[in-house]
Amino acid sequence: MTGQTAPATTILPLPPRSGVRPATLLVPAGILALILWSWHGTRFDLIGLLSADGRAQMLTYVQRLFPPDLSPDLLRKVAYWSLETFAISFMGTLLSVAVALALVFFASRNLVFTGVLFEVDEAGRPIRIARIGVYVVARALLNLLRTVPHIVWALIFVFAVGLGPFPGVLALGLHTGGVLGKLFAEVVEDIETQPLEALQAAGASRLQIFFYGVLPRVLPQFLAYSLYRWEVNIREAIILGYVGAGGLGQQIQIAISLFLENKLLTLILAIYLMVTMVDYSSAYLRRRLL
Amino acid sequence: MPYPKPSEAALPSSDHSRSLFPILFGICFAAAFVGSWQLAQIQPGLLFEAEGRRNMARFITGMFPPDLSLNFLRFLVVPFFETIQISVMGTVLAIAIGFPLSLLGTASLAHAGILNDLEIAGSPGRRLARTLPYVLARTVMSAFRCIPEFVWAFMFVRAVGLGPFPGVLAIGVSYGGMLGKVYSEILENLETQPSEALQATGASRWKILIYGMLPQALPQLVSYTLYRWECAVRASAILGFIGAGGLGQQIELSMRMFNFHEVVTLILILFLLVAAVDFLSARARKAIV
Repeated sequence: MTGQTAPATTILPLPPRSGVRPATLLVPAGILALILWSWHGTRFDLIGLLSADGRAQMLTYVQRLFPPDLSPDLLRKVAYWSLETFAISFMGTLLSVAVALALVFFASRNLVFTGVLFEVDEAGRPIRIARIGVYVVARALLNLLRTVPHIVWALIFVFAVGLGPFPGVLALGLHTGGVLGKLFAEVVEDIETQPLEALQAAGASRLQIFFYGVLPRVLPQFLAYSLYRWEVNIREAIILGYVGAGGLGQQIQIAISLFLENKLLTLILAIYLMVTMVDYSSAYLRRRLL
Repeated sequence: MPYPKPSEAALPSSDHSRSLFPILFGICFAAAFVGSWQLAQIQPGLLFEAEGRRNMARFITGMFPPDLSLNFLRFLVVPFFETIQISVMGTVLAIAIGFPLSLLGTASLAHAGILNDLEIAGSPGRRLARTLPYVLARTVMSAFRCIPEFVWAFMFVRAVGLGPFPGVLAIGVSYGGMLGKVYSEILENLETQPSEALQATGASRWKILIYGMLPQALPQLVSYTLYRWECAVRASAILGFIGAGGLGQQIELSMRMFNFHEVVTLILILFLLVAAVDFLSARARKAIV
């Protein structure tokens, strides 16, 4: 795939035109096998779904959704639930940024034990090991936060503080904190080393290097990632309603369970509005702030 | 050449509004913070109350030791593979839904750009006929992806019953909307010269798509699809909570039965699964791009 042309004097042998090496065939075959196995395992019943019966059922369900229930009483409640969901996503995102910021600088290897800043390090062996230890612990903590799904966090916090939006905020904060922490750490580890080197050569202390060399470079990207995660979190805040965190998710669950299809459509429209609004404000803020 | 003093230089008009922006932003942020604090019923004190602490302690002590008995692990084999199967099938369905929609929703294919400009110039009827499917496809995609997969799953569980099938449908529909949007963004940002050249030779729209656009776009399309598959693995674990099969269903059961040592095992397995999938997909992406 190199676009070089061979020099005129030498005649390069043509690459063997064996387009169908067994290895190249293995990949599509493997993918096909994976799909067939999954098709079978998930009892994927496309025929049943698209049969006359299945289509009729879906059509009836869709018809029952209409018209949406737009009674003023419900709309007032939906507005409140929407705000509640918004609040969970907003506070959850703020908490997650706090969690990520608290851990990220310990979880970035170029700030803790390796790279330019530590090339001429006179610290003894125990201190170096301690530094690596700090890094490993911070990384492990981020992994733990990230691995436990937010819905499991939510159930844990429901145990601890009872039902309501607060456990939802805590769950979003911890799970997303782990996600953001990992993303932030990648940003920090990717920064250019020249400014750090220049500061170090000028005799700046590590703390000064951090404030003048690292922070100004990474903060805009931190902000962009946080706003992006907010868009994700508004959706996750809806999911958390399922475990009793209130807001639109809980009402959706109730509406579906009680066959209140018209109310369901109103709620879905509210979700659509909320999600679109958050997407737009996040995109706007990213444009304005960066 | 003397530079104008800062005060003499004419400021672009946008700088005026820029100076107001931080204040407005600050006010909005403060209002959102105070309002959200109250609405979300934030009470940090609750975390330190005796009862909450007791419950947490019970939870944490209950987690150890993790249940690694052969019996339990054998019991998890089926849900484990089911999670993978749901993610694969969900992604396949998402491609099947997203790709056709993305073709309709690509402006440069549907109603604008060099492929269309000449043909629709001066013909409002034709312009409308090409713009309408585009708008429709965009609306459908945005509806598919703005409704979270969890809500879809809930509806599909109602429609087709418990099990992995509704999970597949939920992932397929919501990820179909996301894939479609990103696919059309990729297709819109391609170099137009190959398409132009093909058009000049009289190639049909299909041929332009297949020979002029897809070869350029394929690495990006595949790479994004792989990334979505990673997300689908996580999502399929979550969807189990509402009866869509897989590991999530088992986590929910173990949580409800207060069998926290099982929960730890499940989360461990989920972690390994997600890490393995991330690794695999990263390797595949590197091979492609």
